Amino acid sequence: MNTLLPIQTLTRLGNFGRSLYAPGYLHQPASVEEIEQVFKLAKEQGLTIGLRGAGKSYNDAALNGGGIVLDLRRMNRILEWNPETGVIRVEPGVTIQQLWQHTLPDGWWPPVVSGTMTTTLGGCLAMNIHGKNNFRMGTLGEHVLEFTLLLPTGLEIICGPKKNRDLFYAAIGGLGMLGVFTTITLQMKRVHSGFLQVRAWNVPELTTHLAAIEAGAPAHDYIVGWLDATARGAGLGRGQIHAADYLPEGQDADPDRSLQVEYQTLPSRFFGLVPKSLLHYFMAPFMNNPGVWAINTAKYLLGLPARSYRQTHAAFHFLLDYVPDWELAYGRDGLIQYQSFLPKETARDAWTEMLTLSHRRGLPAYLGVTKRHRPDEFLLSHAVDGFSLALDFKVTQRNRARLAQLLQDFDRIVLEAGGRFYFAKNSETVPETARRFLGKEAIAKFRALKTRCDPNHLLQSDLYRRVFGEQG
Amino acid sequence: MPTNVTALPPRSTPLQPRRRALLIGASSGIGAALARRLAAEGYVLALLARRADLLQRLCEDINAACGEARAVPYVHDVRDHAAIPDLLKRILADLGGLDLVIYNAGVNLPAGPEAYDFENDLLMTEINYVGALAWLDRVAAVFQQLKSGQIVGISSVAGDRGRAGNPAYTASKAALTCYLEALRNRLGRYGVHVLTVKPGFVQTDMLKHAQRPFMVISPEQAAADICKAIRKRRQSIYTPARWGFIMLIIRLIPSFLFRRLRFLA
Repeated sequence: MNTLLPIQTLTRLGNFGRSLYAPGYLHQPASVEEIEQVFKLAKEQGLTIGLRGAGKSYNDAALNGGGIVLDLRRMNRILEWNPETGVIRVEPGVTIQQLWQHTLPDGWWPPVVSGTMTTTLGGCLAMNIHGKNNFRMGTLGEHVLEFTLLLPTGLEIICGPKKNRDLFYAAIGGLGMLGVFTTITLQMKRVHSGFLQVRAWNVPELTTHLAAIEAGAPAHDYIVGWLDATARGAGLGRGQIHAADYLPEGQDADPDRSLQVEYQTLPSRFFGLVPKSLLHYFMAPFMNNPGVWAINTAKYLLGLPARSYRQTHAAFHFLLDYVPDWELAYGRDGLIQYQSFLPKETARDAWTEMLTLSHRRGLPAYLGVTKRHRPDEFLLSHAVDGFSLALDFKVTQRNRARLAQLLQDFDRIVLEAGGRFYFAKNSETVPETARRFLGKEAIAKFRALKTRCDPNHLLQSDLYRRVFGEQG
Repeated sequence: MPTNVTALPPRSTPLQPRRRALLIGASSGIGAALARRLAAEGYVLALLARRADLLQRLCEDINAACGEARAVPYVHDVRDHAAIPDLLKRILADLGGLDLVIYNAGVNLPAGPEAYDFENDLLMTEINYVGALAWLDRVAAVFQQLKSGQIVGISSVAGDRGRAGNPAYTASKAALTCYLEALRNRLGRYGVHVLTVKPGFVQTDMLKHAQRPFMVISPEQAAADICKAIRKRRQSIYTPARWGFIMLIIRLIPSFLFRRLRFLA
């Protein structure tokens, strides 16, 4: 690896929503030794280091403006795979795509996946991602058997649910602030087919919507709701529920075929005609209030007859990869996502208030997604026994200030309803909000661990500065 | 080095983007007026000057007026070339990036109509021109690499002609004007904007050396013109704009005539 020449490595880096950019001295180490060199360099240069995977957070999690950014995607070797036990040991830059493509032919699927398969496992663990099966399988962190954490002090520590427990539960979901995951051992999930059995049905308003998810969850392996955030009045919170189940052994006549990677791969053309890489150009003209309303209404009406069908794992899970570069359709200033997690008792009232408020201010969300969740043991946890609602908003020069005000009001409503937030999504969370939902004790505990693992506060990100303050 | 322990300014979020500016020569005159104006427009600022007390007070004023940390002081002498790479790196890290750099450091030390003073002339050249090179060469490399950014140089109407009254001052400003034009021609293709500002007489410390000032404007007026030109990405402006017309005529006067016009030359 080249030694650091600051200016030549300076790169403009962005986030998933294309709504924020910051320059960083980009380093792409391929080995633990190269990471250690960058640690040394950072100390010499008096710079901080931010960790970055695929850069698929919607906010400033993978940005470290004016500092070093350590992009771990070149550390992407699969180190060990046991098709008998489903245990896999990988480097942090391995993506969800690499992971499932490696294990599915042997009949194993990742226990938890994100909506895009381009994310790296290091990034997924730093954020402790959840999927559409959170209520059943928990977060990705709950399936980690062990990881090695390289601390900025140079120490390598092996952590597991029973070994260095405090660090295990803090580094997972620890925003990359305690150390670098250098190896990750994960338990995969056995599947007997490349298909899922999917059921889709409409729900006419929010109460029914949440009731359907709550009632549906125990009966299914996955459940997710699409929420038409432009619908108002009696139809507020209407949408479509998708529930999916693994096929039991023997149900798939030819599992050897459906488990093949080629069989799972998403089609590259839309209706067999339009290359999907161009699709975002066709979407852009509809990305405004009336356009989205029309599309959502059409989607809702077309979805009225309940359906049941088989779909491959990849097609069901990786909706965000279906249209490449879909974020571009949101235009120059990109999009932001606001996701709130609410206890099941308060969710309906809080979201009714929030959706109504967004309509009254003329700022409807263009996409709404609901999920069912369960609490977990991680230190910086977003989890609740309840639901989450993720809302995508288009950012423009004109709506920026009003949108910021709307999200402040959302934060207040969510906090009052006992809700929580997820650090890979919301971009405007302030320290006071974090204190209120995480609690002073959890933050103090995290800070103490930070000081222990990273006494010079070498690891920083713009997210960490924003939410926990410069010195951590 | 950041000269005090004031909190660093907040960083951009998608809904609260903050432009980041570095202002070299910020403690008084046009520099101080620019700092106040940019802060009021929402910029976060790294302010550089030699005079620590003035700089500190300016930052405190700005931060109090804005109700948050928006200006960070860095004591620096533009003749200290060796300090620049580290200082630029420090500022990039402190602000989280850089969108605008303004080189405003400048002195005018006339020796008198018949006198020559190399020491003074060297000092003027070092501050007005060499300091600009030392800073803007580095800044240009960063902006070229990032393919974005705005560079502003505060030159002078004095740089448009060699004037008998103060040869070294006019030469230093002419060099700066020419250097900025060259930077603009070089960086345009990278999407980097370079603005040359040529103020006339501005009510600052420098005015006490002017023999017959006229059309004098306040530093605030100059700062307003400059900020507008930054927004509109103009190439070159006179402030006030009337100087554009005056200097057009003055530039067109043939040399043999110009040297006889004592009131101009």
